Amino acid sequence: MLTFIARRVGVMILTALCLTFVVFFLTNLFPNLEKLAKNQGNQRMTDEQVVQWLENRGYLRAMPVKYGEWLGVLPGFTHEDDNGKITGRCIRGDVAPEAAPRFCGILQGDWGYSTVFKDGVASIVAKRLGLTGWLMLIVMCVMVPGALLIGVLAGMREGSKLDRSLSTASIVTTATPEYVSGVIFIAIFASSAVGLKWFKGTATSAMDDITFANFTLPVLTIALYGMGYIARMTRASMAEVMTAQYIRTARLKGVSFANIVMKHALRNALIAPFTVIMLQFPWLLNGVVIVETLFNYKGFGWTLVQAAGNNDIELLLGVSVVSVFVVLVTQLISDIGYVYLNPRIRIS
Amino acid sequence: MEPLSTIEIILRILAQLTPTWIALVATFTISMTYKRRLGLYGKLFDSPIGMIGYGLVMFWVFTAIFGAFDLIVTHDALTQVSGMKNKVPGTPLSGAEEADYAYYLLGGDNLARDIFSRVIKGAWVVVQIAPLATLFAFMVGITLGLPAGYYGGRLDTFLSFTANLILAFPVILLFYLLVTPEIVATGIPSYMATVMFVFPIIFVCILLNSRYHTQPKIRTPLLIGVLGVLIWLYLSLISEAGTKVDIVPNWLDGFNVPGGILVVFVSVVFVNSPTVFRIVRGLALDIKTRDYVAAAQTRGEGPWYIMLWEILPNARGPLIVDFCLRVGYTTILLGTLGFFGLGLPPESPDWGSTINEGRKLLSIYLHPALPPALALLSLVLGLNLLADGLREESLKD
Repeated sequence: MLTFIARRVGVMILTALCLTFVVFFLTNLFPNLEKLAKNQGNQRMTDEQVVQWLENRGYLRAMPVKYGEWLGVLPGFTHEDDNGKITGRCIRGDVAPEAAPRFCGILQGDWGYSTVFKDGVASIVAKRLGLTGWLMLIVMCVMVPGALLIGVLAGMREGSKLDRSLSTASIVTTATPEYVSGVIFIAIFASSAVGLKWFKGTATSAMDDITFANFTLPVLTIALYGMGYIARMTRASMAEVMTAQYIRTARLKGVSFANIVMKHALRNALIAPFTVIMLQFPWLLNGVVIVETLFNYKGFGWTLVQAAGNNDIELLLGVSVVSVFVVLVTQLISDIGYVYLNPRIRIS
Repeated sequence: MEPLSTIEIILRILAQLTPTWIALVATFTISMTYKRRLGLYGKLFDSPIGMIGYGLVMFWVFTAIFGAFDLIVTHDALTQVSGMKNKVPGTPLSGAEEADYAYYLLGGDNLARDIFSRVIKGAWVVVQIAPLATLFAFMVGITLGLPAGYYGGRLDTFLSFTANLILAFPVILLFYLLVTPEIVATGIPSYMATVMFVFPIIFVCILLNSRYHTQPKIRTPLLIGVLGVLIWLYLSLISEAGTKVDIVPNWLDGFNVPGGILVVFVSVVFVNSPTVFRIVRGLALDIKTRDYVAAAQTRGEGPWYIMLWEILPNARGPLIVDFCLRVGYTTILLGTLGFFGLGLPPESPDWGSTINEGRKLLSIYLHPALPPALALLSLVLGLNLLADGLREESLKD
């Protein structure tokens, strides 16, 4: 088991390195750098000024060198201008150039500096992740029990009317992407045109204070899309378990139907959905980006859009590291959890 | 003129869609009559769910095709008519001429364009891109997934690692990295297209060669003919004047893909292929242990013959079902791209862009955002129901 985890962690680190390098490569292509220079400097810079601006900040050096600096395995870039003032990657704010560390990369715990938000990447990511964490938490609290309940109810009597209607409902929810269901929800529950106005159409106020009115719609929008999929998996697994021999035995012994479902079937039926739920996390991340944009909730997904839209290289790298970490860790947990839940699988 | 009432709007829309209804009825009548002779497709008409799904899908396919021939649309999708900004459904056209359709059936958007026509035109964007992109993703996935599953070993490790690498990216981050004007200027999407669109040619080439390599008399002319056409299509597709990949002279360049579409196409194929690869690899791993594969190996068939003519046909059931689901997913992805304003030009009538534009005024005007949202929902729902019906029917044998 330990070697298995060690190997998986090794693959994870390799994946993370490859992914961040890809992001680094794409954001450091010249047209992107030009856009960055014009956003940061001014829009009317001439081509020579752009090159000069980038040169002074060390953007025009070889890609692996810059990547090494970001990682913290190469010393940070420094530049001395005509007046003898030294600026550099590791010299921020009022720190004297001599006092600044030589290395400042992710290995030293320095995530870099966001050019859009004018703040350290680590603090931005931490703050935004906290906001998204709340959203994810409530989504999970709504989605997982809801989906399991629907799946179990549909799967316990396969082919019944309840099964048919619940299955159709789950197909409808999987066919509704967040930007469609969000728009429909806002139209029905929040617009002045229909006039229900039960909830708010934006979640901006939820960043300070989560209330029923401002958080219901975003949570519902994300939960709905994932719910159908988990429910269908649960239904399939439940339906399979219900045809098993030991369920028939229990029924022939005269155990009541409720008891069969609760005590005999449920535990075995929940193994498969566990993996699906864990693998749902990366998908939630997508939903979060759409919903946070739609409802203007300035969390992690919103930050991703801002960073990508403005070519904020270090913030974008920070965001990708976090999201890749989430994806890979959930994969690992789902694999390990599967082994524990299902004694038939042994890792050699 | 008076604005139309709700019932009148519905009746007029139904009347406007007449060509679609005729085509739908014809398709269903013919298919129902001959359903016993049509194999899996015919069996679809035994399952009510499958029939509803197929009906929804074909409704949009026909609407899109007729819309592209300007049969259904009432106005030009890009023309702005003064005085029609944000007007509710059924508003009479201001300053209408004799030849004009007298109403905006579903109202006007915030640039005073007809929403009904835009939704119909938007369907054409989806119907053009989604199935074709999915098909390409399948070609890439199959060409790489079969050897990975069949041979295993280093090749499998490497390809699986790459696939997982792409899958670990959040899709939206990938889109933001690939589909911006800056990246398009560097030519990366064009190079990716150049690499990725080779796979269908390789696929068809190996497919035919492995089948006919014992009969060189058929094989050689067949391969030359098919490859000639495919390579010409390939070169016309990837080469476009003014981009980085401009290798074919104009007289040979059969057609040009309009701006932005190729980039969107490439990124959608790129996002979809790793998943298809994993499915195909899994199926190949499972099927290669069967007796008929062992029999073919004993007969001395080549590995590619076994992969493409023994394993692939026996994996078709799950693959067809996944194809339907994946077309739906691609539709969602296209909508996502439009929703974030990536790739397609801003005035493009595709559903995602229209939803994105409409959502900004959603608390006051519902009508610009809702029709494209419901259209997308119904098409994806149709594809999912179709997949469900196919799965049920294929499990019956």
